[in-house]
Amino acid sequence: MTALPGSSFVRTQPAPVLPPPALSVGPVGWLRANLFSGPFSSVFTLLAIVAIGWVLPGLIRYLFIDAIWSAPDGEACRAPTAGACWAFVTHKFSYFMYSSYPREAVWRVDLTLLMGAILVTWLLLPRAGAKRVGALLFFVAYPVIAFVLLSGMESLGLPKISTDLWGGVFVSLLVSTVGIVFSLPGGVLLALGRRSRLPMVRMASVIFIEFVRGVPLITVLFMANFMLPLFVPENWTPDRLLRPLVGVSLFASAYMAEVVRGGLQAMPKGQFEGAMALGLGYGRMMRLVVLPQALTKVIPGIVNTFIGLFKDTTLVAIVGIYDFLRTVETARLDPTWAGPTISTTGYIFAAFFYFVFCFGMSRYSQAMERDLSRDRSR
Amino acid sequence: MRRLILAAAASAACALFGASSFAGTLDQVKQRGVVACGSNTGLPGFGIPDDKGSWTGLDVDFCRAVAAAVFNDPTKVRFVPLTAKDRFTALQSGEIDILARNGTWTQSREADLGLLFAAVNYYDGQGFLVRKKLNVKSALELNGASICVQQGTTTELNLADFFRSHNMKYEGVVFAAVDEVIKAYDTSRCDAFTTDVSQLYGERIKLVNPDEHVVLPEIISKEPLGPAVRQGDDQWFNIVKWTHFAMINAEELGVAKANVDDKLKSEDPGVRRLLGVEGDFGKGMGLTKDWAYRIVKHVGNYGEAFERNVGEGSRLKIKRGLNALWNNGGIQYAAPIR
Repeated sequence: MTALPGSSFVRTQPAPVLPPPALSVGPVGWLRANLFSGPFSSVFTLLAIVAIGWVLPGLIRYLFIDAIWSAPDGEACRAPTAGACWAFVTHKFSYFMYSSYPREAVWRVDLTLLMGAILVTWLLLPRAGAKRVGALLFFVAYPVIAFVLLSGMESLGLPKISTDLWGGVFVSLLVSTVGIVFSLPGGVLLALGRRSRLPMVRMASVIFIEFVRGVPLITVLFMANFMLPLFVPENWTPDRLLRPLVGVSLFASAYMAEVVRGGLQAMPKGQFEGAMALGLGYGRMMRLVVLPQALTKVIPGIVNTFIGLFKDTTLVAIVGIYDFLRTVETARLDPTWAGPTISTTGYIFAAFFYFVFCFGMSRYSQAMERDLSRDRSR
Repeated sequence: MRRLILAAAASAACALFGASSFAGTLDQVKQRGVVACGSNTGLPGFGIPDDKGSWTGLDVDFCRAVAAAVFNDPTKVRFVPLTAKDRFTALQSGEIDILARNGTWTQSREADLGLLFAAVNYYDGQGFLVRKKLNVKSALELNGASICVQQGTTTELNLADFFRSHNMKYEGVVFAAVDEVIKAYDTSRCDAFTTDVSQLYGERIKLVNPDEHVVLPEIISKEPLGPAVRQGDDQWFNIVKWTHFAMINAEELGVAKANVDDKLKSEDPGVRRLLGVEGDFGKGMGLTKDWAYRIVKHVGNYGEAFERNVGEGSRLKIKRGLNALWNNGGIQYAAPIR
């Protein structure tokens, strides 16, 4: 741009850009914006710093610096200065994993867990293709293979292993996987049933849901395990592990049904009418139009139920099944290891295990929500 | 409360279906191929799974002895871990055949719950744990002491009774959970810690320096622990009772796991009857005549089981005390096999 004649006040060059005030950039700026933006937040920040400074050094000392990382038995961990006894965890690790499962056969558990992990990753990773094949493998082939591997089949040269001996992490994962896999379809069916116009279907769903939600899980597990043999001949009593599996699945289904129903009720009427106007029948309307939207809306609720279910699996310990938490509780009593720090170490390890799984589920669901709501967010 | 209701429901169901539905436990056991044994969920020395998940302990060995007598195979036991809450219901409902879970033999448990205690495989009782450096030799020297105890247990009541009847004073330091009690004791918040002796030894090894603490000789309550069965099946009751007696008799006669095969050639009539060389004493119980031989061969005699699980061979190092044989200063006594 050329300057107009006679107008000397027009600048020919842009003014130099001044740096922002020193207090609003860099680490200081970040601190001011995030931690000390006002008197309230300043006070809270200071309190938090004090609290962290008070707890953290002791925690780090206990968990890492004073911790005993390797020892042949509990002797070293009983020293008055000893911190967490990680040697106990490494020593008992196989017990935590498999409980009483015969040690020469644990490769069967490992193989089952590995296959499960691969299939689950396949199904959960949005980028992985051929989802239908994956789903078919996971929901049809995998349960059969897992059952044969875990409980054994003489004709394949795999000795039978009674479910009394199952336990540890793999039983925790088994119970929660079965619960999760059954509860979602079960919950959807029950939710649809509860909103059905057929009175019988509606009544049956309502009664089931309300009954199951009205009774504590512990009571049902207890009844199934200790009262059932009173009424059923011994040969007919179902397997000890199967009973809680069924109980947990039914329970999770009832809770899931209410979550899904919430999603269905949030759907605008126009979606139903639009689908009907297109000439879709009930099944296709639900499958193609209503459920995909309704389920997306309630992902937080669904994952909430899953996380609750995962932690509820510890209740099977009440009926004498050694889930992961129970193996920790038993191992800490072992006279070779028992000591002042052993219980704490065991429970810290258990908390870490449950946290990793629950936090993983929660992060995954948040990613899913972002993915699925991208089309609707502006 | 729920336990009461369940127990009542179970008893009602028992009454409805008749006790006869439980007869023939031995046949059921043989048909099933394993003895279903209710065990503790984890009590060191009595019933606890080891690193590989196989069960060990005095009560566990008792169940293995019954399996050895019935099947000649001590591994044919299915252990059903039970909490204190559901143990009796499990036995009443037939989920288990024997309850070997350090249960105390009391009158009401037999009269009201429909159980029979077959034997006492461990005479327990409440005792005191103190620091060695206090130089206390007897519980009667504990006048004025502060004592850690678990809240709301019979232990707390026994403690009060003991001190009142001896005209002594104490200061109770009570906690809800046993872990808190032992921690308080270890950090010197009290001079003594009281609970059942078997548990005292179990808790002692959790202390920072177990060797600096000693269990006092006085026992202030009676806690006879033993295996229980359902009422209404005398044959099974006999098998369980005589399994214990066979182990006691074996110890008394010097028959042990290591020498049992040599003892088959013994001239001692008592040994010959025990091992089935003379007479057929298993027949009346539906067992073979070498039933006791099988028990000793696979599990050992009572003394061996005791030392291995809770005595000198274990970390608990409980003295035999009351559990020594009757001719050795204790009260373990068995009727003869003849």
